[in-house]
Amino acid sequence: MTFLTALSIVALAVLFYNFSRIRAISAANGVQANLHSRPSYHGLYSFLWVFLVGVTALIIGSILTPHPMVLFGVVAGLSAAVGIWTTRGITAETRARNKAERIVTGILWACAGVAVLTTIGIILSLVFETYNFFESLGWRVDKFLFGTRWSPLSGLQDGVMDPDRVGILPLMVGTLMITAIAMIIAAPIGLLAAIYLSEFASQRVRGWVKPMLEVLAGIPTVVYGFFAAITVAPLLRETGDLFGLKIASESALAAGIVIGIMIIPSISSLADDVINSVPQSLRDGSLALGATKAETIRQVVIPAALPGIFSAMLLGVSRAIGETMIVVMAAGQGANLTANPFEAVTTITVQIVMLITGDTDASTAAGPAFSLAFTLFCVTLVLNIVAMRVVRKYREAYD
Amino acid sequence: MTNVKISNRHVDVYYGDNHAIKDVSIDILDKTVTAFIGPSGCGKSTFLRCLNRMNDTISSCRITGDILMDGEDIYAKSVDPVQLRARVGMVFQKPNPFPKSIYDNVAYGPKIHGLVDNKTDLDEVVELSLKRAAIWKEVKDRLNESGTSLSGGQQQRLCIARAIATAPEVLLMDEPASALDPIATAQIEELIDELRHQYSVVIVTHSMQQAARVSQKTAFFHMGDMVEYGDTTEIFTNPVDQRTQDYITGRFG
Ligand SMILES: Nc1ncnc2c1ncn2[C@@H]1O[C@H](COP(=O)(O)OP(=O)(O)OP(=O)(O)O)[C@@H](O)[C@H]1O
Ligand SMILES: [Mg+2]
Repeated sequence: MTFLTALSIVALAVLFYNFSRIRAISAANGVQANLHSRPSYHGLYSFLWVFLVGVTALIIGSILTPHPMVLFGVVAGLSAAVGIWTTRGITAETRARNKAERIVTGILWACAGVAVLTTIGIILSLVFETYNFFESLGWRVDKFLFGTRWSPLSGLQDGVMDPDRVGILPLMVGTLMITAIAMIIAAPIGLLAAIYLSEFASQRVRGWVKPMLEVLAGIPTVVYGFFAAITVAPLLRETGDLFGLKIASESALAAGIVIGIMIIPSISSLADDVINSVPQSLRDGSLALGATKAETIRQVVIPAALPGIFSAMLLGVSRAIGETMIVVMAAGQGANLTANPFEAVTTITVQIVMLITGDTDASTAAGPAFSLAFTLFCVTLVLNIVAMRVVRKYREAYD
Repeated sequence: MTNVKISNRHVDVYYGDNHAIKDVSIDILDKTVTAFIGPSGCGKSTFLRCLNRMNDTISSCRITGDILMDGEDIYAKSVDPVQLRARVGMVFQKPNPFPKSIYDNVAYGPKIHGLVDNKTDLDEVVELSLKRAAIWKEVKDRLNESGTSLSGGQQQRLCIARAIATAPEVLLMDEPASALDPIATAQIEELIDELRHQYSVVIVTHSMQQAARVSQKTAFFHMGDMVEYGDTTEIFTNPVDQRTQDYITGRFG
């Protein structure tokens, strides 16, 4: 029945679209040039009104849940009434285009508003929960930021946490170390692959490799995760043994390497797009001066593409910081403050997962989890602001 | 007596199936300004790009025939196009300054080819090139600004400065004054005249007056054919071919 009602709204909207259109044409005595707005705008204006009123009525009606027949009658009746109202008094001078455009602008604005409001809502809940958590710590934010011990749930007394056990330094260091390892691998390989693709590969190779990269970039990270845990980690350990190095079976190195491999396709695919969009005329200009291909790429193409390349790298960093699955499987869960990449570490995102999925009461675990999330949010925010600054500075210098 | 700098024999150029240059033979002389004239799309730029092998960068482009510079086949396997282009400079039809500072745009060639070994000399080359391209006064206080922030006509002159900074033996100029006002045009024409004493200059232009003013030799192209080639005064006063006559008198464009 709801479906039928919805269908009737669309049908009415289409009906009034045509009705208005025809009325507009007849108002102009068949000479379109007499009209302020083209007939289709008159139609669009009626269509939008009927549709919006109908849908709004349907949504409100569904919440109130009257009898289906009543709902149908009210919705269809309202829609039709609005439709008649919009078709009334159509003259050649009616500014239907301006009115319809105003409605469309409103719709677009509302869609943008939904996105912004959701974001604001999420941020507010983060701030709120973090505030509560810090309050329960007696505002020992210093212990939270710089404490070296993370085991929030083990020192619980009546649901109140011990500030000495909620130091996120080990998580911070773990996150940064894994991200650094990942970028050390992904940044050069991704960039060089992009340069090869855009400057050296033939059309045919490019036509093959580019879609493959995009598919690779879409592989779920769980798959990479057990690749890391089952293949890479043991391999590293055995290699370490060979050289007398002690590499734990779960290590920052294993997770970092695999995350690096995971983000290579996205970095190279993005960087390739950016390098490709550098105009051919710049390359020609350089070559015509007797520059070699290498000189042209290094001194003209890359600098011109630098802001975009930087954004591609940043996307890689964001993905590495936010990566959870691979770390859980390959780097461990124990908070362990170390600068040694051969040892097990854990990251902020992993600890959030542990808190939320653990046996502890959700309301107790929510505090530290939200605080971690808020910290992560701040880190990525700062990163993005810095990146935007850098990009803008380069734009000014190089565009 | 002027020598032949670039000798072209039976040159054909194809873009895929499009036969853009048809059996063109022409001797470009040393220490001479040669003008290429002809209606839009007749192949002037295409032929110009053959002379410094810039057509190599277009994958669909195929060239047959012989092009000899100082008697040496520039399309021979042994010739490195990079070295050739250092000797044959080019100013493009559309200005294409690098997204670098004005200074770095001009310094690019001299740096790459190691023409100077200290900053003072480089400064001098940059200043001289910008002066000869008649743009020094406008940019001398903003050498660190981006070359792309200049106006269209300024960019055109910056590209000329960039091209002459590497001191090529042959300079190919594709409509170098198309976006310039009369004063800047006159200055560029002066530069071309001055370059003639040392170099060979080929200029593509749509302005008959400009061709008449700056060139000693003129070649008229029409739909891929080189219809007529001779002394500029001859071409403009006494054209042999009807098509040349129609074009220079403005009966078709
Ligand atoms: N990169 C290219 N790929 C394919 N065809 C091309 C290319 N460049 C030029 N052509 C074709 O070659 C022919 C000659 O073009 P060219 O640019 O040499 O003309 P032109 O005489 O310089 O014209 P204009 O005075 O408008 O600059 C045209 O038919 C054009 O379509
Ligand atoms: Mg041209």
